[in-house]
Amino acid sequence: MTAILSIMLAVILTNNYVLSQFLGICPFLGVSKKLDSAVGMGAAVIFVMLMATAVTWPIQKLILDPLNIGYLQTIVFILIIASLVQLVEMTLKKFMPPLYKSLGVFLPLITTNCAVLGLTINCINDGLTYVQSLFCAIGAGIGFLLAMVLFAGMRERLENNTGIPECFKGVPITLVSASILAMSFMAFSGVVDAIFA
Amino acid sequence: MNKLSILTKGIIKENPVLVLLLGCCPTLAVTTSAINGLGMGVSTLAVLLCANIAISLLRNIIPDKVRIPCFIVVIAAFVTIVQFALKAYLPALDAALGLFIPLIVVNCIILGRAEMFASKNSVIDSALDGLGMGIGFTLALGLMGLIREFLGSGTAFGIDIYAHLGITPAGIFMLAPGGFFIFGVMIAAVNYFTKGKGTKKEFSCEGCLFAGSCNPEDKCDGKEADA
Repeated sequence: MTAILSIMLAVILTNNYVLSQFLGICPFLGVSKKLDSAVGMGAAVIFVMLMATAVTWPIQKLILDPLNIGYLQTIVFILIIASLVQLVEMTLKKFMPPLYKSLGVFLPLITTNCAVLGLTINCINDGLTYVQSLFCAIGAGIGFLLAMVLFAGMRERLENNTGIPECFKGVPITLVSASILAMSFMAFSGVVDAIFA
Repeated sequence: MNKLSILTKGIIKENPVLVLLLGCCPTLAVTTSAINGLGMGVSTLAVLLCANIAISLLRNIIPDKVRIPCFIVVIAAFVTIVQFALKAYLPALDAALGLFIPLIVVNCIILGRAEMFASKNSVIDSALDGLGMGIGFTLALGLMGLIREFLGSGTAFGIDIYAHLGITPAGIFMLAPGGFFIFGVMIAAVNYFTKGKGTKKEFSCEGCLFAGSCNPEDKCDGKEADA
């Protein structure tokens, strides 16, 4: 139980996928302009991360490892994620139209989100158990959502700022703000270890 | 478009990192030193070149409906080859780049070039395009790695520069905040020298595979990507 909690807290705060491991930067910068789309994207990522980990972990342990074809990991995982996302999208569209309206639009984008592939490979490389991997996936998703929401709030403030130098307008100032947010997350380093020490 | 301009447009005019703003994740993550940046750049260049050639050769065979999964399989195969070559011959670089080697699969530069260029053009043009884009990516990553290494650990390509000056390097440039900051300043510099005509004004989905069918900013109509 303690192990699971410390894994989750670590991926949410200290090893946040976006702000300290640089995974999933494209959606983080691209979809964080408005708060509601940031929340939608974050929720969709939590969902896909959990599904992807739930499927790829058993495939690695029950198929790739026993057959000694671990080298196919990259190909197999990306295909699983791509087809899973398609499947989820079609299922949502057919059976849960309201949910599809709020989450579905972000799903195709998530296929090529490196945070999802990175997470599934990380869980295998770190030797996590199945249950630990699932909680790690939820934690990574929550960390992503947290970063998205905080950053969307910062960017909405930034919109009204008129004191930005001409050449810093747009993309550069967004990156500099992301840098400040990442710096604030650095303050968490050591906290998780201290709690569970 | 002549052959030379296909090759050179990826290096400066349409630099994938500094102008098109594609492939941000590896750009930020592996540029803690010039060598790592160049290593990542060359690995991506190899995959991009091979994938562009293979996809261009297969462009009349791959059915349009399933082209995206086909591209992904071709790219993933080349990434696996690069991954094993690095493990065998450059284990130190492999350890430094770590997770970001398999993640070349989801680098939007490669999928983007496959979709936008290689699937529509001849083999030689596609190879030149892949080479140009790859060189542009490598140069941008090498430059950013050099700046971060110089500020963050006081070295350049591993040679100690600060040692004789008695200055302590600012270690934060090696960490996440420094990565975002330097990337922002580099794009601002491009804007300054091109008078705002160089870089795109905003992050957009232009280079993304699903650009035609999806626009999250406007809460698109939910049209399915035909992948």
